[in-house]
Amino acid sequence: MLEIRGLATYYYSDNETVKALDGASLSLGKGQMVGLSGASGCGKSTLGLSLMQLIEPPGKIVKGSIKLDGRQLLGLPKEEIRQLRGKSISMVFQDPFTTLNPVLTIGDQLSECLRHHFSMGRKEAKERAVEALAKVKINDPAKRYASYAHELSGGMRQRVMIAMAVLCGARYLIADEITSALDVISQRHIMLLLEELRTKEGLSVLLISHNRPLLARHCSRIYEMKDGKCLN
Amino acid sequence: MKKFKKNKLALFGAAILLFMALAAAFAPALSPYDPNELGNTALEAPSAAHLLGTDDYGRDIFSRILFGARVSLTIGFVAVSISVLIGSLLGALAGYYGGAADSVIMRSVDVMLAFPSIFLILAVQAVLSPNIYNVMIVIGLTSWMGVARLVRGEFLSVKERPFVEALRCLGSSDIRIIFKHILPNSFAPVTVAATLGMAGAILTESALSFLGMGVQPPYASWGNMLQDSQAYLRLAPWMALVPGLFIFMTVLSIYFVGEGIRGASDPKEN
Amino acid sequence: MRRYIVKRLISLIPLLLGVSLVSFLIMHLAPGDPTAMLTDPSVKPEELLRLRQNWGLDRPLIVQYFYWLWHAIRFDFGTAYMLNRPVSAVIAERLPATLLLMGTSFAVTLLIAVPLGVLSAAKKKGWFDNLVTVISFAGMSIPSFWLALMLMLLFSVKLNLLPAGGMYDPSLQTPSFLKSAIDVALHMALPVATMVIVALAGITRYVRSSMLEALSQNYIKAARARGLFERTVIFKHALRNALLPLITLIGLSLPELFGGAFIVETIFAWPGMGRLGVAAVFSRNYPVIMGVVMFSAFLIVIGNLLADVCYALADPRIRYEKVQKK
Repeated sequence: MLEIRGLATYYYSDNETVKALDGASLSLGKGQMVGLSGASGCGKSTLGLSLMQLIEPPGKIVKGSIKLDGRQLLGLPKEEIRQLRGKSISMVFQDPFTTLNPVLTIGDQLSECLRHHFSMGRKEAKERAVEALAKVKINDPAKRYASYAHELSGGMRQRVMIAMAVLCGARYLIADEITSALDVISQRHIMLLLEELRTKEGLSVLLISHNRPLLARHCSRIYEMKDGKCLN
Repeated sequence: MKKFKKNKLALFGAAILLFMALAAAFAPALSPYDPNELGNTALEAPSAAHLLGTDDYGRDIFSRILFGARVSLTIGFVAVSISVLIGSLLGALAGYYGGAADSVIMRSVDVMLAFPSIFLILAVQAVLSPNIYNVMIVIGLTSWMGVARLVRGEFLSVKERPFVEALRCLGSSDIRIIFKHILPNSFAPVTVAATLGMAGAILTESALSFLGMGVQPPYASWGNMLQDSQAYLRLAPWMALVPGLFIFMTVLSIYFVGEGIRGASDPKEN
Repeated sequence: MRRYIVKRLISLIPLLLGVSLVSFLIMHLAPGDPTAMLTDPSVKPEELLRLRQNWGLDRPLIVQYFYWLWHAIRFDFGTAYMLNRPVSAVIAERLPATLLLMGTSFAVTLLIAVPLGVLSAAKKKGWFDNLVTVISFAGMSIPSFWLALMLMLLFSVKLNLLPAGGMYDPSLQTPSFLKSAIDVALHMALPVATMVIVALAGITRYVRSSMLEALSQNYIKAARARGLFERTVIFKHALRNALLPLITLIGLSLPELFGGAFIVETIFAWPGMGRLGVAAVFSRNYPVIMGVVMFSAFLIVIGNLLADVCYALADPRIRYEKVQKK
């Protein structure tokens, strides 16, 4: 269970303080897909980044509570937060064309996660990575392992990102506008994949999108972001 | 303008430059001695009589520095003006008209960039005979390339905007559009480039004068003062230290000012 | 990839033609007999006549250019004054020393600049960054020849630690390879130090901004979101991207490297092409001057080509041009 209560994240600048989140609350249960919608720039992404504690200056999480399976995440030392990322909670971003490192093979980037979180050997990491690619329905995963990001389509890249997100055992996935940059057919494929991961593996997904019909189709509950708060 | 004022280094640089410029302008009034006057006491260390010492001919170094400031600053300014003029014009033509003009001009940029400019200038100076005027012109003629690329970039990005189309429909001539409407946009980056160019021009001129292919004696230039100092490195190190320090301070100040302008005109800088 | 190389090779031709044209025009800036540009005017009249024919000197300017070009392609730049040897032979003799100096300087500069730039970017606006920025500005403002003199003053004259000039110690009798290498290295120390200090500033700033650019990319955010160590993010993910533009920088720095080398060689009496060229300027040894001008431009153009090819090899986006079906 992922519970957020009264989260406030502010961005400070010389002229003003932007209160991107001001008392936002939501809950995400195990195996659920919950939606978060709202106008562009109203703070949806900020919520996702705050959950991952990836907010950088001039932004700052000012107050609130984030509980992951009962454990309070805010205020944890940096090392522990870092360990949670990828292993317990992970995030996939909007633009598939810039979220993969262009000079490393996708296989390298996948294995790297495994070797980092589990101290796995190279060979074992590669096998698991190829398995993960197969799980997200990438054709010819063994060959694709050695591909570079620019050789894949947008839809394929998002699949790779999803694979990376769940590879190390994360139970909670924040999907920040992950289909907004894709064509309709790829969108469907990605959503089907997420559904499958939810039902078969118990993955909990916070689906952030401005596309309300999309959320209506897939989410059991939808929050609306307004004035830095979440409304049901 | 406000942002510039906030940048302490930039202000410091501007102050130094202003000081140098004033010293150069009022050199005749400020120098205690005639810079070319041969004195009795050669190779004298800095003292009350000679603030910065004397050189091998007994000439007062402080006075020579002041007059050298005139030379270096003037050459720097004129050379950079020439390069900005040529560069802006060529860049504007290349960016605005595109096509063959663009190709030819950009190829010329590539060709000029293929030469080590110091040596190119040396070669030209060897063929002609070096004096103050051709130093300025030649430096100007070999440093326009950066500005050209910059201005061309500006034109390429602005050219397609609707307001240009609108102006054309209203019957504005190309020249008017180029000079009155598009070119002023590149004022800020060109100014930054110009400050860098001036720093480079001063360094180049001093190198040329040091080698003997720039400002000729008896005119004092910080560069040729350094040439004279070589033989007396052990006996009179101040002869080498002083002009070099002045070149250093001047160029550094120009860089600070340039950074200040760049920071002030860059909307992203917080 | 192959297409890319071929395209670049083809674009070389107009570039080299342009270079030859500019060189040719410079030669003809001086009033008077252009034969002086090609050989010592004091040679025998029959020689002068032969030269006139060979280089088309009594023909119109355009034709002369083609004669010049025909010779230049075969690296024939005439005969040096006094020495009475072909210019290209003289240059070829001196070139290795210059390349040694330039190569060593650039390598040392990179070895220092990359860590400095990376750390500056990683701790942006920190005390280290500010210190490096100030030192960079100072480095950019120092006239290289003055720095050379100051270093010579300190290390050779006052401290007597390093030799003040030349490349070899003439008093060493048939030294072993190691002794010889150490000897050259000692002689190279001050010239290299001068060139490194001057070049360091610009390259450090370049590395810094390249790193900052890489660190601002989305894949860095995504890598952090996967819980990777910050040092992995910086040194593996960001650095590998930031190093690519450095390859291009090598090509772009060549003109300045040559220019710097020429000055440093002259001050430290390093027997390279630069010293040859500068000495030729003073003695108005025109064939040598023009030869050095053309040759250094040629090397710079080739150097840029090599840099571009290396870049294409290093960047997988260019190396593997395969277009996948969507």
